[in-house]
Amino acid sequence: MGWKLTESAFNDLIVKLKADYTILGPKRFARQGRFSDTDLIRYDEIESLDEIVWNEKSTFSPKEMVFPITQTIFYFADEKFLEPKLEENKLLIFLRPCDINGIRRLDTIYLKNGPEPDSYYAHLRERVRFAMMECTEGFDTCFCVSMKSNTTSDYDMAVRLGDDEVLVEVKNDDFTRYFRPDLPRAEFTPGFVPENTIKVAVPDVDEIPAGIFNHDMWNEYKSRCIACGRCNTTCITCSCHTTTDIFYDDNLRAGERRRTWACCHVDGFTDMAGGISFRKDNGSRMRFKVLHKIYDYHKRFGEHMCVGCGRCDDNCPEYISYSGCINRLNQVIQETVS
Amino acid sequence: MNENPMMPTPHRVIKIGLETDLESTFRIEVDTPPVMGQFYMVSIPKIGEMPISISGIGQGWIDMTIRNVGKVSQAVHFLNEKSMLFLRGPYGNGFPVDEFKGRHLVIAAGGSGIAPVRPLVEHYYRNPDEVDKLDLLFGFKTPDDILFRQDIECWKGRFDTILTVDDACGIWEGECVGLITEYVKNIKLSEYDKMEIVIVGPPVMIKFTAAEFIKRGVSEERIIVSMERRMSCGLGKCGHCKIGGYYICLDGPVFRYNEAVKLVD
Repeated sequence: MGWKLTESAFNDLIVKLKADYTILGPKRFARQGRFSDTDLIRYDEIESLDEIVWNEKSTFSPKEMVFPITQTIFYFADEKFLEPKLEENKLLIFLRPCDINGIRRLDTIYLKNGPEPDSYYAHLRERVRFAMMECTEGFDTCFCVSMKSNTTSDYDMAVRLGDDEVLVEVKNDDFTRYFRPDLPRAEFTPGFVPENTIKVAVPDVDEIPAGIFNHDMWNEYKSRCIACGRCNTTCITCSCHTTTDIFYDDNLRAGERRRTWACCHVDGFTDMAGGISFRKDNGSRMRFKVLHKIYDYHKRFGEHMCVGCGRCDDNCPEYISYSGCINRLNQVIQETVS
Repeated sequence: MNENPMMPTPHRVIKIGLETDLESTFRIEVDTPPVMGQFYMVSIPKIGEMPISISGIGQGWIDMTIRNVGKVSQAVHFLNEKSMLFLRGPYGNGFPVDEFKGRHLVIAAGGSGIAPVRPLVEHYYRNPDEVDKLDLLFGFKTPDDILFRQDIECWKGRFDTILTVDDACGIWEGECVGLITEYVKNIKLSEYDKMEIVIVGPPVMIKFTAAEFIKRGVSEERIIVSMERRMSCGLGKCGHCKIGGYYICLDGPVFRYNEAVKLVD
């Protein structure tokens, strides 16, 4: 079912939706970017169409909307474990196809890896609905087509921002009641990115040749990567977390157990009590991340983890190109195999 | 909310036995016995949570031998008998004891790696007919680091046992001094397809001990190792223990070495 709305009709729709949904989208935060006089675009609550940033890629992905950066999982009162109060609000997130595919990767880890689904993730995730932002061109660092994540049918509604109108396709009937009967109908099916400038060739091998793990190609990243973890935090599919307990300064008998995003590039990720740690150099961490995104995850779940959003390349302060690394790895593997 | 797999349950500490200056064995009440080789996530509220392997299994209890080296393990050492400890689990696959039946089993453990194999040795001590033969090879850094002294004395009476220390420190009265790898050659092996070798210890010890057995003709398929990694959840979500396509908490911690050797950190 489709509609053709004016900007003000769309804003009316947002007002109506807000009665039942928290509406989230990529929003501009002026002068909060990495460099002076640059903006930060990250996900936050939106009030109107003009707040949604369409013409630029968001710096951060919508990951934090479904997987909070820090989340209290228990409150401690003496030796009692208390679960925090559960939020019940429904969320409608405006996001692009690559990010919808990325959230499916998070679903896989948190709901399907291992016999027990994560109850915190499940409770938040089942309240989430997707408003897909039509994306037909992508941006200069995107390679979603190579990662087969440029398309999706997993959305509740799809939205195209035209010059004077907004086209909306509604797939989930729960949303049709928010459209006034007098609003003009229009047939609309969203298009997708047909081709990116950047293309990656993902190595197509059953097994990574043993020589790849210690190959010279990783040495460059040893010194170039500074282990800041920006690639991990901006990635829509990086799903790791660390749990930490705290107690309150003014009451040692009370405290919390929290879980917080963790980054495989950052020092301490593998540290064990007693002093053993793994992947001490940053080159090994790059190898670990890259192989997880384009090989290990695929071996376990049948699709690649990386969705080709390119945010790692956008945000690396050392200008490391992850997509460049995949192509280089593919070349090295082909040379090794032949 | 659905059932919360992160929610631990309280368990009473029945007995605390001092092993060394750093290690103690905590006997903890549990209802259902775990599989040998599995582990629990052990919590001290407001301090943290850590994965600990099981060093003994009995009727209504388990033992955990914990080294006082981290934030949580230090807090555990402040507990008394009758204190409550919080557990989730058991997690992981455990040792493939069915596949050990009728085989010549060698258990090689280094340092605190002896903890997860202690239930295995105890099991065969009580049921010696389950295996064709059991040989034990244990190594510790110094005589002061030796764990389960009394048990080892007991086991010696029934199984061929080599106990070595890296450094005799002038106080060692045993026969063997040197790394565990130096004593692999002293073990009399059976036909290779009748052997099962269990190796547990620090990563370097596993690597070089396995290499010694392989040098003697044992294939990687006949070697079983138990791996240790940082873990935050034990449920395949936090990502800390992932190596290659495996999660140590879900697919391990016990692996056949032909698989484990391919896992590069």
